Amino acid sequence: MLLHAKSARLATWTLLAAALLLLVAAPLLVTFMAAFAGSWNGVLPAAPTLRHVAGALAADNFSSLVVSLQTAVFASLLAVLLGTWAAVCSASAAASPGLARLADAVFHLPAAVPSVVVGLGLLTAFSKPPLLLNGTVAIVVVAQSMLVLAFAYSTVSAAARGQDPMVALAAASLGASQLRVLLTVRLPLLLPAIAAAAGLAVALCMGELGATVMVYPASWRTLPVTVFALVDRGALFDAAANTLVLLAVTVAVLAVIAKCRGNSAVR
Amino acid sequence: MLSTMKKSRRAAPAAGHPTPAAAVEPENAVELRDVSVSYGTTVALSGLSLAVARGETVALLGPSGSGKSTALKAIAGFERPSSGRVLLDGVDVTDASPARRGIGVVVQQYALFPHMRVDANVAYGLKARRMPKAEIAARVKAMLEMVGMEGHAHKLPRQLSGGQQQRVAIARALAIRPQVLLLDEPLSALDASLRAEMLLELQALRAELPDIAMVYVTHDQSEALTLADRIAVMRNARLEEIGTAEQLYSRPAGAFTAKFLGGASLLPAISTTVVPDGGAMGSVLAGAHRMKAVAPFAVNPGGRVLVAVRPHAWKLAAGSPAAAAGWAGDGAGDGYTVNSLPGRVESVQWRGAGHRLQVDLIGLSERVTVDLPAMSAVPAPGDLVVLTVEPQHAVLVPAGEL
Repeated sequence: MLLHAKSARLATWTLLAAALLLLVAAPLLVTFMAAFAGSWNGVLPAAPTLRHVAGALAADNFSSLVVSLQTAVFASLLAVLLGTWAAVCSASAAASPGLARLADAVFHLPAAVPSVVVGLGLLTAFSKPPLLLNGTVAIVVVAQSMLVLAFAYSTVSAAARGQDPMVALAAASLGASQLRVLLTVRLPLLLPAIAAAAGLAVALCMGELGATVMVYPASWRTLPVTVFALVDRGALFDAAANTLVLLAVTVAVLAVIAKCRGNSAVR
Repeated sequence: MLSTMKKSRRAAPAAGHPTPAAAVEPENAVELRDVSVSYGTTVALSGLSLAVARGETVALLGPSGSGKSTALKAIAGFERPSSGRVLLDGVDVTDASPARRGIGVVVQQYALFPHMRVDANVAYGLKARRMPKAEIAARVKAMLEMVGMEGHAHKLPRQLSGGQQQRVAIARALAIRPQVLLLDEPLSALDASLRAEMLLELQALRAELPDIAMVYVTHDQSEALTLADRIAVMRNARLEEIGTAEQLYSRPAGAFTAKFLGGASLLPAISTTVVPDGGAMGSVLAGAHRMKAVAPFAVNPGGRVLVAVRPHAWKLAAGSPAAAAGWAGDGAGDGYTVNSLPGRVESVQWRGAGHRLQVDLIGLSERVTVDLPAMSAVPAPGDLVVLTVEPQHAVLVPAGEL
């Protein structure tokens, strides 16, 4: 920053800190306080209690958490698998830039489409035979996969295009088949990007509401849907407690992925 | 496994490509027949025909964009020729994948596998060929010893210097015992002193591998002159000229070769004698100056030619600057002025092992480069000098476009 006066620098930093505090920290902080509040009538919450958090971890809501985790993991796996596959293929198609551009457009489309539209589209498409997915767990997984596929694809494809094509060619010249080159050279070198894509996908899936709320069957209610329902009923403190659990679990999953990613990057 | 592959290749000569010379001459390790490569409308290589014998090193020399790397990629199978055939040991491999060609390739940026240790890099090709583990270990050890990298077997490529990485890349390429080794600007990513050292090592390596055919792509003429048995000069996606280093250096057939290989100065001139087909000493007029030079091709009086003179072939004539000024005026040639050209020194560069002058020739509007040996008297910029050249050190080349 091109500010030389100490006071000016101080003022700028203070302003920035205040803005960040208001926009980012305040909602999180309030959620955190609300999760432990017995009542909140004044400026600060009163009668601290663990009742809401305990409720969030009790049988019914806990199953929501497990559902969320399972959905996020499966949806992310599917999205990363498809995204990586597509990214590797489109990076290999460097000779035909038209094809690569088409792949880019197709795989980025879901990111541009509102999640509600994705939900509605899936409901309309799969509510009648031959492919009847409405009311199944699969439709939730498919919806979330579709939404994060664009992010998985673009993360991996940026890395795949940055790869030196000579490395794979050198492997081929040494007598390795295409499959061997893919498994022993190209994919291992993409591992950090794949791990990053997986982390992003899980984080996005864990919080997905727009499409999920349209397609979820009663037996498969994710945590964000539960939170939404609680807010709808006016149970704000319970909602806050569930949000806190969601946040904690997401951060934990991301930490695990980051650990794997660190290991893969060191190699 | 490699040897059985070779046998089967020999047993089944390429159908549809009769080689009448095969009975007399040994088979070529590599042969390109009229190979062209184009990307869309861009022609990267145009009708290249080239044969490399076993045990021979051919350097593809040319400026960037001359098609030399594309030619190498066509041999390796990294590029599919749009027309023409590629043959290895007489077998057509134009449609074969790189994996099935069994060629060793070393590229400019080494292209080592960054996630594998040095020994795993060298073992990669052997594993792909499903060689028994014990043999792989022995071969990897031998290869690393050959390039002097046995102490770095457990390091990752990024823990090595550029020269060390290049050695590993060479060991990796040679581990599969290829019959053909392709090197694409292998030294250009190294700094000057390391490059000179690696050049010596490559020369030694070449001597250790008498049966391997090598194709060496470079834009550096000293690398080509050091390593190559024959040099193919490339320009604008075409083969300009091919011959031994000695041939190309002392008797270039074209102006481009004369200039690119050895940096000759080219003086436009008009022939005044008849030179028969076999070539002889020719006399020409460069501007108003009479010159004698080797004419390797037939020339008729009045024919336009170029006189090519290497920078180190010029000598400074002993004589006063005034005499030079006087010659500049008359110019009509009597015996004394043959191969003597007056000029004004434009710049002087000290290059350690001697001085390099740029001299503007008077009456010719040409600037020539002159390398003076160390310990000789050096004129100052602006001085008038007389340049001379021995007739056998000047050579005529056809007056083509440059």
